[in-house]
Amino acid sequence: MAETAYWEAIRRAHDEEMARDPLVIAMGEDIGVAGGTYKATSGLYEKYGETRIVDCPISENSYTGIGIGASMTGMRPVIEIMSINFALLALDTIVNAAAKIRYMSGGQIACPIVMRTPGGTAHQLAAQHSARLARMFMSTSGLRVVTPRGPLDAYGMLKSAIRSNDPVIIIEHEQMYNLKEDIPDEEYFRPLEGAEVVREGSDITLIGYNYSVHLCLQAAERLAKDGISAEVVDLRSLKPIDRETIRKSVEKTHKVLVAEEDEAPVGVGSEIITGIMEDCFFALDSQPVRIHAADVPVPYNHKLEKAAIPNADDVYHGALKVMGKI
Amino acid sequence: MSDADKKRLLREMIFFRRFEDRTFEAYMERKIGGFLHLYSGQEAVATGVLEQAVVGKGSENDYVITGYRDHIHAIKTGAPPREVMAELYGKETGSSKGRGGSMHIFDASQNFMGGYALVGQPFPLAAGLALGCKHKGTKQIAICFLGDGANNQGTFHETMNMAAIWDLPVLFVCENNGYAIGTHIDRSTAQPDQYKRVDQAYNMKSSQHDGMDIDNVMEAAKTAIDYVRNESKPYFIEFMTYRFRGHSMSDAKGYRTKEEEAEWEKRDPIKIYSKKLIEAGIVKQADIKAMEKEIDDEIENDIIKFAEESPEPKVEELTKYVLDDNPDPRWIGPLQK
Repeated sequence: MAETAYWEAIRRAHDEEMARDPLVIAMGEDIGVAGGTYKATSGLYEKYGETRIVDCPISENSYTGIGIGASMTGMRPVIEIMSINFALLALDTIVNAAAKIRYMSGGQIACPIVMRTPGGTAHQLAAQHSARLARMFMSTSGLRVVTPRGPLDAYGMLKSAIRSNDPVIIIEHEQMYNLKEDIPDEEYFRPLEGAEVVREGSDITLIGYNYSVHLCLQAAERLAKDGISAEVVDLRSLKPIDRETIRKSVEKTHKVLVAEEDEAPVGVGSEIITGIMEDCFFALDSQPVRIHAADVPVPYNHKLEKAAIPNADDVYHGALKVMGKI
Repeated sequence: MSDADKKRLLREMIFFRRFEDRTFEAYMERKIGGFLHLYSGQEAVATGVLEQAVVGKGSENDYVITGYRDHIHAIKTGAPPREVMAELYGKETGSSKGRGGSMHIFDASQNFMGGYALVGQPFPLAAGLALGCKHKGTKQIAICFLGDGANNQGTFHETMNMAAIWDLPVLFVCENNGYAIGTHIDRSTAQPDQYKRVDQAYNMKSSQHDGMDIDNVMEAAKTAIDYVRNESKPYFIEFMTYRFRGHSMSDAKGYRTKEEEAEWEKRDPIKIYSKKLIEAGIVKQADIKAMEKEIDDEIENDIIKFAEESPEPKVEELTKYVLDDNPDPRWIGPLQK
């Protein structure tokens, strides 16, 4: 086991998969000579050269499309999009091409691309660098959408994503790249499907994904001091969603809160809570609560930004509300 | 080229025209649904270009990709015509098992990588196919057929740039039929000569040619394909052509004059080539009549019959092919608790 930062875990997964399979390449802006905005490919340009660590012009839709076209010949491109805001430029090739080619070809052609992109707020990056957008991708048939919460999953899920035969979107988070965790020295894989109970509890289920798992874990610590035992579920995959793990947890705790950094409308919380209504409505003892961002473009001003984005305090108070304590 | 090959090419072009005419009838009979975009008038381009490429040889083929006007490109690349027709009928035996329809013909076994409804989309996909060929060190190239209308998409500019800086072995074939759906090129495009939009701007070789005379098309295409394959560099080739029918079946062609249509019909690629072969003594008028009869019989008794009699996809298989149907649990899960 070695303490590894999130970005180092991603870098290690790239390195191992590129060493194993010459058909694995990485593409993106500034990932080669410049070393990568998040260092996720640092040193690999020197090791694998410009044909495998491909520095791209600022042309998100088309370099994503080139990656998709290459994947149709059996290659395994890993595409880094610097911010999920910029992924909007690539929606045509992601949603209209990668997600649909297997289906429209009657199963003849796979598009095994991986697209990594950070989706989340950092520090005063303002409206056009702070989008989350997970809800947009999770509504698209033909895609897998995963959200590694830490280095263990960042490494293990990227390795799985590269080997899977489906288009996979990995949503990372600007505030998690330096997050550290002990991960095994030997090679391992973490599957793309399946939610995970990351803290066991009996009084309330707190559901998160990506960075919001950490908010749930912090809130659970505080709740424990109040004598409330919170179970924390990391969704891990937003497409597809593991409804079984959610149902089991809700049937145990009878109370639920969903924490998302995104805005609420047509969001992760709406989807999860609707699933709970369909799967285990009668297990609930109280109204579910969604913790989410304000329905505004993310503001620049630090105070306003903090007010717009949920934190662990909001999750804690939301949980007290579900528990009937406030 | 041998006389037999010339005769075969003429037969192919007549076949393509008759095939499209027959899909028109089937559409009017409501056997075919959705949108239907016919290739009539432009036959010399796909036939002539692909005659110079590696096609019909399965996985050794060059990669071919295009927009929604895709039936003929698919067939010339090697897709069986009866499977293309069955696809238009929405049948399980169709090229895409009835899931794609007219605009999404695929035949992976022949490296025909699809028809796409988003006109700018095949540009980057083609460049990606070329990147795959280059990376694997095969001598294959990618050939992307699109209309002039597609060149006003951002992907055109983005992809020309990347294809050039990365020296990708891709041939972009612009089938300039003068109309972006129903808007004339003079009203939609600042530079109507499409080949001029890439040479200086993206430092890419390009040229413009008549697209109605298949001999012209083949000669120009050979030069371009040899360049792409031998130099491993992109090339943009523009052919001036005309579609005899509307953009799609719902098009009343109110945007162009009868006189313009009549002028172009004089330059019908099948008429031009028939005349040449008759004058050279390779075929007689009677041979062409016999050819047409034989083609019509084949279309009716084999192709249409196959499409009519084939089963539809099973509703129970609605959700097949969305993702890998046999995923490896090591990568996909579920997570072991």
